[in-house]
Amino acid sequence: MLLSMHRFACDERDEARISMALIELRDIRKIYDLGEVQVEALRGVSLDIHQGEHLALVGPSGSGKSTLMNMVGCLDRPTSGSYRLADEEVGNLTADRRARIRNRRIGFVFQNFNLLARTSALENVELPLLYAASVSARERRRRAIAMLERVGLGDRLGHHPGQLSGGQQQRVAIARALINEPSLLMGDEPTGNLDSRTSREVIELFQRLNEDNGITVILVTHDPEIARNAKRIIALRDGVIVQDTPDIDLAWSSLHSQEQEVEP
Amino acid sequence: MLTFRVAIRALAKNKMRAGLTILGVVIGIAAVTTMVSIGQSASQMVQSQFEMLGTNVIVVRPASRRSGGVQIAGMPSLTARDVEAIRTECPSVMAATAMVRAGGQVIYGNTNWSPSEMWGVGPDYLTVRNWPLRHGGFFTERDVSSAAKVCVIGQTLVRELFQTSDPLGQTIRIANIPFEVIGVLEPKGVNLFGQEQDNIVLMPYTTVRKRLQGSEFDHVHLAMVSARSMQQMSDAQNEITHLLLERHRIHPGEPADFEVQNTDEFARVLGMITGTMTMLLASIAGISLIVGGVGIMNIMLVSVTERTREIGIRMAVGARPKDILRQFLIEAVLLSCIGGLIGFALGVAASTGLTMLINTLSSGSEWQVVISVPAGIIAFLFAAAVGIFFGYYPARRASRLDPIESLRYE
Repeated sequence: MLLSMHRFACDERDEARISMALIELRDIRKIYDLGEVQVEALRGVSLDIHQGEHLALVGPSGSGKSTLMNMVGCLDRPTSGSYRLADEEVGNLTADRRARIRNRRIGFVFQNFNLLARTSALENVELPLLYAASVSARERRRRAIAMLERVGLGDRLGHHPGQLSGGQQQRVAIARALINEPSLLMGDEPTGNLDSRTSREVIELFQRLNEDNGITVILVTHDPEIARNAKRIIALRDGVIVQDTPDIDLAWSSLHSQEQEVEP
Repeated sequence: MLTFRVAIRALAKNKMRAGLTILGVVIGIAAVTTMVSIGQSASQMVQSQFEMLGTNVIVVRPASRRSGGVQIAGMPSLTARDVEAIRTECPSVMAATAMVRAGGQVIYGNTNWSPSEMWGVGPDYLTVRNWPLRHGGFFTERDVSSAAKVCVIGQTLVRELFQTSDPLGQTIRIANIPFEVIGVLEPKGVNLFGQEQDNIVLMPYTTVRKRLQGSEFDHVHLAMVSARSMQQMSDAQNEITHLLLERHRIHPGEPADFEVQNTDEFARVLGMITGTMTMLLASIAGISLIVGGVGIMNIMLVSVTERTREIGIRMAVGARPKDILRQFLIEAVLLSCIGGLIGFALGVAASTGLTMLINTLSSGSEWQVVISVPAGIIAFLFAAAVGIFFGYYPARRASRLDPIESLRYE
């Protein structure tokens, strides 16, 4: 524990020297006002993520990992604290500005794919470009086809989600997430609805994107096998980071040990 | 432009629902279009009826004179010489005819017939009434001064008395006096009040006075005057009024013993009535348009709920709230505009059908189908306005959805 903290501190210093952090979270808090009770989903999370990192966000349900992911993905705003993305404060932006940032910098991949039903793979992949300024229809189409070919679906352009397998649907979703060339790719349990073989394919795709293209990848997962592929694991519990380590076993045991501490 | 295409695609994905949604607007616009069209046909009908009455017609009739608050009825004050003076002395007057009412049976061979109208008139009558002859000729000044026993008959008499034989030159008897038929009028159909106009016999007014009524007075029941043009109607009216006041030696301040009526005023009043009726009907039809708008709002609200996830997805990939607002608003406006176009087409078809039905049911009258382009444009704009008005609330609701919750929505 002590050792890992030490190493984290070293890493931070080393990388700060090399490049500025892509994501800087400082004392992020999120309180949901449910009327009679207030739920504090995040209680002071500070985290730096650099360009090109491959991160897994793990933790039991209710740990705040989804909240953190929505925050980082600019889908949500923190109640307090500072969030700098590519050196720009984005924690308190309007809905319009956050939409812009999601459109340009962030790609999302969801557990249930979240493709538009009764809409072809091609149109689904084109979707983010519709909301990006000044991309011609021809250019949209060209880029969407290229992206679908890249994820191995060049022969499925006109297929609707209902006509595609789960793995294929998720690859369409990945193509959609990548179409705007984001610097950050976020996956919320991206393999949760896939069988193990397809899961592996999807995870390998994420890995390739991270290693070959330098895209920062953040995955939320509860599956240690998926998390194992990440180079850095952030373990959350009760809205705080309890472990930040490249070692999945360490992360898991820390979650586990805390469970034992809490439960006796 | 882009959102426009997005909206079209979204609508195309659920054609059945889109069709049902626009039904209300279709019916509303069709109803408004039909009502306005029928109303305008009616006004036009009124207009053409007045044209049938004659061109730029002014009617002069004797009025009951009042003396010390007592109404002296039945004092005829208008004479054939007055009419002649109007004809020759008023510069704005093109033609004028005296008119004397008569009645009785017409006998030809062993058939008899009661014409609904029997008038003694002057040679200008046809000009004033703008009524051409089908066959033969009309009586002249000479016929008038000699009280000739000649007559001109309408189509109904031709049909009832002569069937297929040629009436020209035949002799008919009225009150046992033989009259030669010298002309046959063109058919004119029914008038504004549903009266048949072809059941008519015309004779020189002198003939009616002297031979049928045995009177030596030259009082007439009324005079019909035609102005030279529409613009000269009021001039003519003034000239006639002044002339008659002078001729009848009526001092300023005294009530006149005649009335000068402009049929145009009557036409205007009737036009106003039909216009009001049209507005009323269109307003009632407009209510159905509002109901149609509420239908659109209803379906759009359902659609927003149903497509919550789609909205969430769009927002996640970078759609701003205003993009979502615009998409749903355009969908609503597109729906109502398509509905408006279909409704207008249906309305045109319906009013054509109705006009044809009216023409078949009331034989004789000829209603014209009036499709006004401005009405179509207004209907279309109104449909678009309905779309904006009733689409705004659902669209705003869609744009205010929270992306996270929308993505979780099942």
